[in-house]
Amino acid sequence: MHSKTIAELAAGLKKGDFSSEELTKSFLQRVKEFDPDINSFITVSEDHALAQARVADESIAKGNASALTGIPFAQKDIFCTNGIKTTCGSKMLDNFIAPYDATVIHNFNQAGSVMLGKTNMDEFAMGSSNETSFYGGVKNPWDSSTVPGGSSGGSAACVAARLVPASTGTDTGGSIRQPAALCGITGLKPTYGRVSRYGMIAFASSLDQAGTFTQTAEDAAMMLNVMAGFDEKDSTSIEKEVPDYTANLNQDLKGLKIGLPKEYFGEGLNADVAKVVEDAIAEYKKMGAEVVDISLPNSHLSVPAYYVIAPAECSSNLSRFDGVRYGYRCEDPKDLEDLYKRSRGEGFGDEVKRRIMIGAYALSAGYYDAYYLKAQKIRRLISDDFKQAFEKVDVIMGPTSPEVAFKAGEKSDDPVSMYLSDIYTIATNLAGLPGMSVPCGFANNLPVGLQIIGDHFDESRLLNVAHQYQQTTDWHKQMPEAYK
Amino acid sequence: MSLDKNDVEKIAHLARLAIAEEDIPGYAASLSSILELVEQMNAVDTENVSAMAHPQDAYQRLREDVVTEENQREHFQKNAPEVEKGLYLVPQVIE
Repeated sequence: MHSKTIAELAAGLKKGDFSSEELTKSFLQRVKEFDPDINSFITVSEDHALAQARVADESIAKGNASALTGIPFAQKDIFCTNGIKTTCGSKMLDNFIAPYDATVIHNFNQAGSVMLGKTNMDEFAMGSSNETSFYGGVKNPWDSSTVPGGSSGGSAACVAARLVPASTGTDTGGSIRQPAALCGITGLKPTYGRVSRYGMIAFASSLDQAGTFTQTAEDAAMMLNVMAGFDEKDSTSIEKEVPDYTANLNQDLKGLKIGLPKEYFGEGLNADVAKVVEDAIAEYKKMGAEVVDISLPNSHLSVPAYYVIAPAECSSNLSRFDGVRYGYRCEDPKDLEDLYKRSRGEGFGDEVKRRIMIGAYALSAGYYDAYYLKAQKIRRLISDDFKQAFEKVDVIMGPTSPEVAFKAGEKSDDPVSMYLSDIYTIATNLAGLPGMSVPCGFANNLPVGLQIIGDHFDESRLLNVAHQYQQTTDWHKQMPEAYK
Repeated sequence: MSLDKNDVEKIAHLARLAIAEEDIPGYAASLSSILELVEQMNAVDTENVSAMAHPQDAYQRLREDVVTEENQREHFQKNAPEVEKGLYLVPQVIE
């Protein structure tokens, strides 16, 4: 049962092959059996899940089920869940019981789905290896000495080990696509503004976007149908109709124009990863797609611009954690300033403090033009590169990550080398574009992800392009031996 | 841009972060290396480029100035470290 996709499980529930309660218990059992080792969950909400499953079974019996009714999911611990601990991977929120539901959670609840628990993540989503979590690192199910990627490392690992059928994540600079690639599953980051940010703990508000981790593109389409849509509670949510994302999955790819940016295949890309990605592109040619060489000339500036914009926005967003209204408070503060400083100094981990300080510096008097304004101008150049590219091509392809999963501890002492693991994903966030990572093979026995980038609001096409590949290949069906 | 001990102390104060004395050299080094990465931006002329604040260049929506939230003070204050009579408590501010 655990290797089935959402689409298969939904069909089984509808036919009465099993109940949601049975399904939920069987996945909870897998979580109990395997997660003490993987550490992909911060909170397992067993009672809540079983109660939701029973309600789902009633809906199914009455014929009121929607596509995701009764399907178990794991939610990244960045989404506020009413009455359930919501930590964002931080000591700062270790005691925080969210007083309301994020819109994403509300949408899943409305659909009648089941939440098994909250997944581990880099603290406040700042990291690319899941090693900055207050709750400890997550093991990559393919090789426990390596990292699952980050920041949504727990969400990726639990789907890779088939502890849940699917999960949610968030992607500010690659935090869905990079862990999906490193864990050998399908990851989707929608267009900025497509999914509501309400109740999703803010890191960098002009970049943050929620998305999915699934086995297949079809499952991602089913989840996006529930997650996407305008939300007046999110001031940057886009008022645009939501199509049925499953409608175009079966379209053939004859004449599809795929752009290959030369900057994504140059120096810094591991040769074995390059070979696997090139094989995937050859597969697309067999399906009738046409390959076009393109250039994104400013892409080398995406990491520098990102490490101004993201920290600047984070330093502003995280100023709300002051030890007064919620979250961690230090012992015996001697005055108000001491309360602020020690609560924040003790409650935040190193990487979060580093980024807050970079942001505070970049925004401090006299430096705004040189850093934040400059970075926003570079952001325009990067976005214009994509605009020009999409005049010539339908989608852009390349590697998701320059290498396969790296060893735990390998980059944790060197922030800049860690930042460079997102070198192919960050530009997409700066431009607000949708992107996916699809499993496309192995290098050194570890999974490799093919990145597919689309134009704004072109998720249907991305999902179609990924789905067609998954009809002729079975990389997305591979799973780690230890969890079969 | 290389940051020294004084810079780190000043930034930590601006960000209201208590940093232990022995951790300052480590932060000075890592923050300097991040700024070095960031300064690659300076090689590009952006004189006539307009800044991009939002990926779709959308504007902030406005709404009617009406009350949309009900009062849930007690519910929200369940997460507060210290409250009294509906107020958040902090160390004495005014002598």
